[in-house]
Amino acid sequence: MSGRSAPDIVAGRRPVKSRPGVLGRLVKRPLALLGLFVIVVVVVSAGLAPWLTAYGPDEQLFDGLTLQGAPLPPNGQFWLGTDLLGRDLLTRILYGARTSLVIGVVANGVALLIGTLIGVIAGYYRGWIGSLLMRFTDLMMAFPALLLAICLAAIFEPSLWIVAMVIAMVNWVQTARVIYTQTSSLTEREFIDAERTLGASNARILLRHILPHLLPTIIVWGTLGISTTVLLEATLSYLGVGVQPPTPSWGNIIFENQTYFQAAPWLVFFPGAAILALALAFNLVGDALRDILDPTQRGRS
Amino acid sequence: MNVSAGMDVKANPDVAASAAAGPILAVSNLAVSVRTDDGEREVVSGLSFELERGETLCIAGESGSGKSMTSLSIMRLLPRPGARISAGAVHFGGKDLATLDERSMQAIRGNRIAMIFQEPMTSLNPVLSIGRQLIEAIETHTDLSRRDARQRAVEALKAVRIPEAEARLKQYPHELSGGQRQRVMIAMAIALAPDILIADEPTTALDVTVQGEVLELLRDLQREHGTSIILITHDMGVVAEMADRVIVMRNGRMVEEGTVEEIFHAPAQRYTRELLAAVPKMGDGSARGDVEPVGSISAIAAVNDLHVRFDITGGFLGRVTHRVHAVEGVSFNIPASKTLALVGESGCGKSTTAKAIAGLVPFTGSIAVNGRDLAGLSGDARKAVRRDVQMIFQDPYASLDPRMRVGDLVAEPMLIHGIGSKAERGERVAALFERVGLEPGQMELYPHEFSGGQRQRICIARALALRPKLIIADESVSALDVSVQAKVLDLLKELQEEFGIAYLFISHDMAVVENISDRVAVMYLGQIVETGTRDQIFGDPRHLYTRRLIEAVPVPDPARRRGNFTRLVHEIPSVTRRVGDEPQKLRLEDVGDGHLVAAGTGMVG
Repeated sequence: MSGRSAPDIVAGRRPVKSRPGVLGRLVKRPLALLGLFVIVVVVVSAGLAPWLTAYGPDEQLFDGLTLQGAPLPPNGQFWLGTDLLGRDLLTRILYGARTSLVIGVVANGVALLIGTLIGVIAGYYRGWIGSLLMRFTDLMMAFPALLLAICLAAIFEPSLWIVAMVIAMVNWVQTARVIYTQTSSLTEREFIDAERTLGASNARILLRHILPHLLPTIIVWGTLGISTTVLLEATLSYLGVGVQPPTPSWGNIIFENQTYFQAAPWLVFFPGAAILALALAFNLVGDALRDILDPTQRGRS
Repeated sequence: MNVSAGMDVKANPDVAASAAAGPILAVSNLAVSVRTDDGEREVVSGLSFELERGETLCIAGESGSGKSMTSLSIMRLLPRPGARISAGAVHFGGKDLATLDERSMQAIRGNRIAMIFQEPMTSLNPVLSIGRQLIEAIETHTDLSRRDARQRAVEALKAVRIPEAEARLKQYPHELSGGQRQRVMIAMAIALAPDILIADEPTTALDVTVQGEVLELLRDLQREHGTSIILITHDMGVVAEMADRVIVMRNGRMVEEGTVEEIFHAPAQRYTRELLAAVPKMGDGSARGDVEPVGSISAIAAVNDLHVRFDITGGFLGRVTHRVHAVEGVSFNIPASKTLALVGESGCGKSTTAKAIAGLVPFTGSIAVNGRDLAGLSGDARKAVRRDVQMIFQDPYASLDPRMRVGDLVAEPMLIHGIGSKAERGERVAALFERVGLEPGQMELYPHEFSGGQRQRICIARALALRPKLIIADESVSALDVSVQAKVLDLLKELQEEFGIAYLFISHDMAVVENISDRVAVMYLGQIVETGTRDQIFGDPRHLYTRRLIEAVPVPDPARRRGNFTRLVHEIPSVTRRVGDEPQKLRLEDVGDGHLVAAGTGMVG
């Protein structure tokens, strides 16, 4: 027993080289890059909307309608055509992006945050705290989301931020359920026991060891939530409790014009395509992030 | 026992002809390739062997040697689409199994070549009764009526010595013990009287006493039916016990082939010799030197009358109806820089005891570490005690957070207890890595990038980070290959000498225990039945249970093969009891020099 015992396998598997950061690895994937590009385009054009178009979003243009008063299809002057009131559709979509981003990112993000928080706490502590939180979640789930949203929106003065809050309040439930199940099975894993024997505090276990494992789920639910929330906002707007006209949002542009779908299909098609593109872009980036942030997948792709 | 009577139903002229001619199975030049990032890699190459009728062929080797891949390719069950047979042939009954179409292969699987796997729980379908699974397997391959198939199933269960076979048909896998489940798997495999039985680590997941029983069963079945057996194992004790011929594999190639006597007594290759040398043997531990009597050194941990019970609620009101008496009044001391081994079979409460000391389960009784009683402590004080007690778990992969770099994992205990600056911690981790035989350059890697033995070294480094007084090693070497196991054990011994750490070493493997321990405590049904120094326990075991544990260890020497294993007639009783039905407390009697034995029925001499 003299000397030190030899290692099982001599020398490491590969020399350690510095690894590029998350962003660096993200841009190496063409699909993720495409998604990132679309998101940047949407964000920039929402921010720079007043400079990108010559018209105002509520401006009813004289030459925006035919002599019979019908909306114009896409042409040289109005790239995406005009709507029933003679407003430029491109301008409305650009301004609408602001609303939809707030809903899709902020409202959805808040919903995700609430859902994760409740799910993680209930799943980790279980006991009476867990039962209480999960029964509350069940209760919220049993409530028709739209009805609840209408009630909440009716109590408060309708505005963009109120709508965002309402959407967050009804959309966290599914996330909480899924996160709860995952957390409670993670809590049983041996490495959590191992952390406990080291004297790690609950906060440390939750933040450093459980949360990173939930990331893939959170990312998937987050990206799925974007299109759902954008459309929920449209539904609320349609029912008159959402963003108030004439403020444009992608959802309410669709709803305003859906009855003219056959006569003026571009009025539904373009905002619809915008929602699709944004949701898809977030999905692509989310998928790539999930793989990149999972160290166990490294070298296996 | 009439299973063989069914054989003629499917007597096959091909086999009958070839049986007379020569080997029943001939593998020639077999190669298996697995697709990886860097193209295809051969995991088995140029493997040729023959299997005679009625012979037991052992394929021995460590993990990654390609032994399981070989068996899976004979069954054509290689994981798809990653792995494939890239060259060679497998001749069986006049056909080449390597190229046979899937349909004909299905007729052979289970019927002519049967296979049993390591983990009996996962290879049985948990939602179907064992009877249904058995009968279905029989019906698939024969044209027996449901009644005859059922009859055959009962016979098969009787053949594997499952009591009350008729009634057991209705039971589900979870209602059976591990040993019983493996016997059901064997029953399923032999019900169709296959020509070849492939057993892939059939006893690795079982307790030693059960292991003996299952091996004995396989031998009996072979004697009665003349089945050829391919036994795949890493355990040289099992090889010595069972094999007629042995193939030693390493890195996908055959290292050596020979009769069991040749391999064990005159191994030709260096690797075979190393492999045999690494096997822990009973009666090998005398090198550890003399053990001082208890009491002469101070105890680093004192456990007194420890009880751990889990309530099982039932009924409409959720009242406690039953209790699991996991640990019932266990007391022991662990002297400073010595090793106490806690041995026993699964379910005896040894891991629960460890968890109680590590603070993972609530307990009653007293546990004092370094003079401080754990029971009355609150938050901060408890955290301080945590510094003195560290734990190494059985499965090094499961106990390391897969999403953290190993360097961070080893640094974490210091971070939790606020020791040192970031740079100091980094230095300390690098030193620890070097000390346990890893390279500091590997700190940036993730757990899945290491082998099993390396991962266990990481766990050891993490446990050492706080310079603890006591390390609890819960089956810490059981999941490792023998050669790696030997090195990890050596490392543990060196660290003990260097840092003066005491170990609570929990194991079911008596040979390992004899090698590392100073004192031994044998647990059975939550209580200690015998305790004493290593020499007392191994030289003069006084309790029947201790003797059975020692006898059950297979000896890695074919010349000392046992004629019969002691058969367990009855199953180990359950530790789950109705409320108010307390288990009887064992009284320990001193039989000399601190050698304590439970008084009563089990005591001998």
